[in-house]
Amino acid sequence: MTRIFIPKDVAALAIGADKVAKKIAEIAAARRLDVTVVRTGSRGMFFLEPLVEVETAAGRIGYGPVAPADVPALFDADFLNGGAHSLRIGRPEDHPYLARQTRLTFARCGITDPLSLVDYAELGGWRGLKRAIEMGPPAIVNEVTQSGLRGRGGAGFPTGIKWKTVADTQADRKYVVCNADEGDSGTFADRMVMEGDPFMLIEGMTIAAIAVGATKGFVYCRSEYPHAIRTFNEALRLARCGGWLGPDVAGSKHSFDIELRVGAGAYVCGEETALLDSLEGKRGIVRAKPPLPAHKGLFQRPTVVNNVLSFAAVPFILAEGGKAYADFGMGRSRGTMPIQIAGNVRYGGLFETAFGLTLGEIVNDIGGGTLSGRPVRAVQCGGPLGAYFPPSLFDTPFDYEAFTARDGLIGHGGVVVFDDTVDMAQMARFAMEFCAIESCGKCTPCRIGAVRGKEVIERIMLGTNVDANITLLEDLCQTMKFGSLCALGGFVPYPVMSALRHYPEDFRPRAAAVAAE
Amino acid sequence: MPNMAVFDEARAQEIIAEHIGLEGPLLPILHAFNEEFGYVDDAAVPLIAQALNITRAEVHGVLTFYHDFRRVPAGRHMLKICRAEACQSRGSEDVARRCLSELGVDWHQTTRDGELTVEPVYCLGLCASGPAALLDDEPLGQLDPKKLAGAVEEVCGS
Repeated sequence: MTRIFIPKDVAALAIGADKVAKKIAEIAAARRLDVTVVRTGSRGMFFLEPLVEVETAAGRIGYGPVAPADVPALFDADFLNGGAHSLRIGRPEDHPYLARQTRLTFARCGITDPLSLVDYAELGGWRGLKRAIEMGPPAIVNEVTQSGLRGRGGAGFPTGIKWKTVADTQADRKYVVCNADEGDSGTFADRMVMEGDPFMLIEGMTIAAIAVGATKGFVYCRSEYPHAIRTFNEALRLARCGGWLGPDVAGSKHSFDIELRVGAGAYVCGEETALLDSLEGKRGIVRAKPPLPAHKGLFQRPTVVNNVLSFAAVPFILAEGGKAYADFGMGRSRGTMPIQIAGNVRYGGLFETAFGLTLGEIVNDIGGGTLSGRPVRAVQCGGPLGAYFPPSLFDTPFDYEAFTARDGLIGHGGVVVFDDTVDMAQMARFAMEFCAIESCGKCTPCRIGAVRGKEVIERIMLGTNVDANITLLEDLCQTMKFGSLCALGGFVPYPVMSALRHYPEDFRPRAAAVAAE
Repeated sequence: MPNMAVFDEARAQEIIAEHIGLEGPLLPILHAFNEEFGYVDDAAVPLIAQALNITRAEVHGVLTFYHDFRRVPAGRHMLKICRAEACQSRGSEDVARRCLSELGVDWHQTTRDGELTVEPVYCLGLCASGPAALLDDEPLGQLDPKKLAGAVEEVCGS
């Protein structure tokens, strides 16, 4: 029997993975070949999807991107034994895109059946949890602190300190909440974890629960991810059956269970306090801090709120030790970051690596420049609230502090590439419009400022009092940056101001530019 | 996404009863209504308020805050086209414009035959495979106007 691996990650499904799988099964049946198709997560090389891998004597051999029409030729080329074909990429792990990565969090993604507890355990799963149970809560917190892990959702707050605060707070019950409201354009790493290696997230949250003494966990996933929701719910069911969740987690006497909750299309619920209100059944309105969620979070109880990627990093840290994780990275940015290379880029996908690569290496060396083949003009890092970087800043290292020093943010690790056809005034206008649509409405700078900001940019685009309106826009951005309650209104000045600063020519009406010549 | 049942109070009470034991049950209840009936009928609001012992205004506030909860029935099929930056960089706005104009609708509207509702969505997590859309539950990537029109036709008939 030959095993064939085909991703069921939504990015593979979106470009025909199911049709390819069906075709392979049909032809194998017609030719009476003994094959089993295993559906996996994605390796994260989206330019090769649908990527079909075959288990051969020489290891797994990949073919991609495979269209249903290619399938008969693959059989004719004896791909079941790794035969030569123009789509053959060899062993995926030898492909330069994967070979250059350091995969700690995404070590299993794309290799295993995401819903196989056997696969998970065979490839190192649950080792972190077992060690955590042996060492006990204070030692777990120490290990995480020592790893230098910082919140991967975007804020970069040290995870160990957050956990210690919750652990030290007395309460009748505590919660662990996973922020899976991955709303940033250009990001898909949380989705890939939930679809491709869901037990890792369950393991990370369970370790957190033991560390802080929580008995109930919630995963708040955005409704735009129906496939992730389905896979993760099934993973929860299997984990319960396997004794990894429930009244006696892995025979440890710790009680912990997780419930998946689905958001309802509000971007602002990715902000942790709005997320907590939403979980409580309220409008997703941002809370003023303090009190911190670590003291008074969900239902006013001490709550650990972390991003999917933060929890997903924890099993490795516990299994291999905090130091092993901290050995990667630079400065105060320790460990690895799953960078998501997206937009108009030739080799888009997930690239997990230690901090420190420069933006230019990410975009040009790894991403291969634009898909359209035109010059790169702008790169937006960190989602819709992240700054636009021009190629002149491509020497910026991918590191929390280095990006901050250049008025940007790495956020959740999304990198969106634009070619030279982009109109940066239009992108600035879009940032304000998006903020206006998604503002929770609690604070004035965001609620009113975003609407006014969009109007002012529209006037600039029409060529009305351009200088005066640019001054007004800059002033408005200052007000929003320093006067907003949360990062939605507070960070929308990043894309707007960076567009204005690096691409001033786009804010001059074309008619005026022609007249000036 | 097949066309949904007509609102009926007995079924509504069942839905509420199924979820009321959850911690913070309001969003799961509204989602269940959305799924069962395709929208949340105004008549559901007082039922939910009474069951959860909160005011109608509070239910209304939550119902109107979230983009997902519909207050009127949608078409038989739902098309969500991504308008976020990563898809924009790959030409999604053009794909969306062409699609809307061919269907003769604007964002949030339903075609006259009640077949298809088109909604904008800000990111489907298909950012390296855009332009992207979700047609009912089927993800679509690397779209161009022709490919999207073909997918719509396949689902809705010509």
